[in-house]
Amino acid sequence: MVEQRGNSIHLKMLVMAAALIIGAATTPAWASLGGDTASVQADQIHLQGRRTMTAAESYTVHEIQGTSGTVVREYVSSDGKVFGIAWQGPWVPDMRQLLGSYFDQYARANQAKTGARIRRGPVLINEPGLVVQIGGHPRAFAGRAYVPGMLPSGVRAESIQ
Amino acid sequence: MRTFRAVCTAVIGLAGAFSIGCGGGSSSSTKTNLIATTGQNVAPIVVNSGPANNYANGAFTSVTVCIPGTSTCQTVDGMLVDTGSSGLRIVSSVLTIALPQQKAQSGNPVAECLQFLGSYTWGPVQTADVQIGGEKAASTLIQVLSDTEFSAPAACSNGFPSANTVANLGANGILGVGPAAQDCGTYCEQVQTANFNPYYECSSSTSCQPVAETLAQQVINPVALFPADNNGVVIELPAVSGSAATLTGSLVFGIGTQSNNALGSATIFGIDPSSLSFTTSYQGTPYHGSFIDSGSNGYFILDSGIVPSLPDCPNTPTDSVAAGFYCPTSTQTFSAINQGTNGASGTVNFGIANAETLFTSTTDTVFSELGGPSILGSGSNTVLPYFDWGLPFFYGRNVYTAIENVSTPGGNGPYWAY
Repeated sequence: MVEQRGNSIHLKMLVMAAALIIGAATTPAWASLGGDTASVQADQIHLQGRRTMTAAESYTVHEIQGTSGTVVREYVSSDGKVFGIAWQGPWVPDMRQLLGSYFDQYARANQAKTGARIRRGPVLINEPGLVVQIGGHPRAFAGRAYVPGMLPSGVRAESIQ
Repeated sequence: MRTFRAVCTAVIGLAGAFSIGCGGGSSSSTKTNLIATTGQNVAPIVVNSGPANNYANGAFTSVTVCIPGTSTCQTVDGMLVDTGSSGLRIVSSVLTIALPQQKAQSGNPVAECLQFLGSYTWGPVQTADVQIGGEKAASTLIQVLSDTEFSAPAACSNGFPSANTVANLGANGILGVGPAAQDCGTYCEQVQTANFNPYYECSSSTSCQPVAETLAQQVINPVALFPADNNGVVIELPAVSGSAATLTGSLVFGIGTQSNNALGSATIFGIDPSSLSFTTSYQGTPYHGSFIDSGSNGYFILDSGIVPSLPDCPNTPTDSVAAGFYCPTSTQTFSAINQGTNGASGTVNFGIANAETLFTSTTDTVFSELGGPSILGSGSNTVLPYFDWGLPFFYGRNVYTAIENVSTPGGNGPYWAY
């Protein structure tokens, strides 16, 4: 027990150290889509990944190389908001972590019954405040999510990939 | 083994008229595929609305499961034939025999959460002797879909609805006969702390923790365990012009192992062993995550932004009968080129009709021109974009799916051939 507690403290210190290195003031427990740059860092910690940044004209792409082939790309506007997320990997990543406060809307949309016949194809959620697309098959999935109203002007949804 | 021409062809030839199973359209088809109907390596397939009466383009067969080493067996029909996944999964509510439970090293029972597109399956991993057609796979690890023994961990659903019931799944189970041998592979050989983890061990009915499973401990494509005819499958369904009420064909085990499963003139398309995909080119643009999948029930390709003549069907509170499919004003025809990792290529011509119009039929379950949108992507994403060649692609083609790392007369799997 004592040893476990020790590991836990050690882990917390590591997390704090990582936060300092990246220069973020706080580590939010949750959220990403719609969150700020610090929430990208929370995802990075969750995914135990390496992060690289690429600047585009009106946004920055934070690419998190997770373990076992999972890659997450987060699109952050110049005012520091995550307006889109794209990912790929053998399986669907933790959507609650990546969608944050949008997760419940996403889950509700998934449960909505449409049509009398079963459809076996991509997940295509297209609501006024949230777009989520998931495709692929077992052992190779990919998807994207974005908030249409948060796209920086001139940025097309297809850029999130 | 003797092979026979497709039932459709025989009917046309003998009676000069179409049977219901051949659709109601013209006889414009130029090639007919031979369909094996006899042999211990043959299991019949039917395309119909399935056990929940809610399927379109679903291919079903029967599977017999037995308590290992005994003659206590049960035959389950309405099993979805799926080349897009690997492993046998049966909904617990249709199972009447009690199968032995897989145990982790700790002694705790093992359960699995498997992600599918838009749904998940959850339940204990158990062992069965599996018989399909005349083939037997002894002591096969399968998934029983059930929330009764163990409740699914929150991480399992991931926002998706469950496919654990016959109504939600649209089938009594899934017979996954894809190019992968195991359902997960090396990914599951260690516990994934940062990513989705499919296998769990359950210390109580409400407490399951992620567990690692070696390849030999994972749910497996039962074909790989047959004593012979174990290097893949051939799905053989006759051509359909337009729509039809039902369709019958065959699931043939083995590739080049019997006279009824020779590759013949089929073209072999090598696929990427990791993403299980090849490239489809449409109007010069490569879709490098493309795949052939009998478990997808339409052509899921492109989107209305690329092809304005392919609008999405309505999806409103009062009109969502064909949501997620395409509703063109008239049937649109397409031509695309499949390219294997081995350099092979071949052109595919197909059509997409208005799904709302197709679904007005109360009797049709076979739709050769059913399609819907895919998801776009770019070169930095290796899964997207893709063409998903669903069950309509199989109508009129014998499609071979070779299992990874096994030899066939056409070379080692994984590959698709048709």
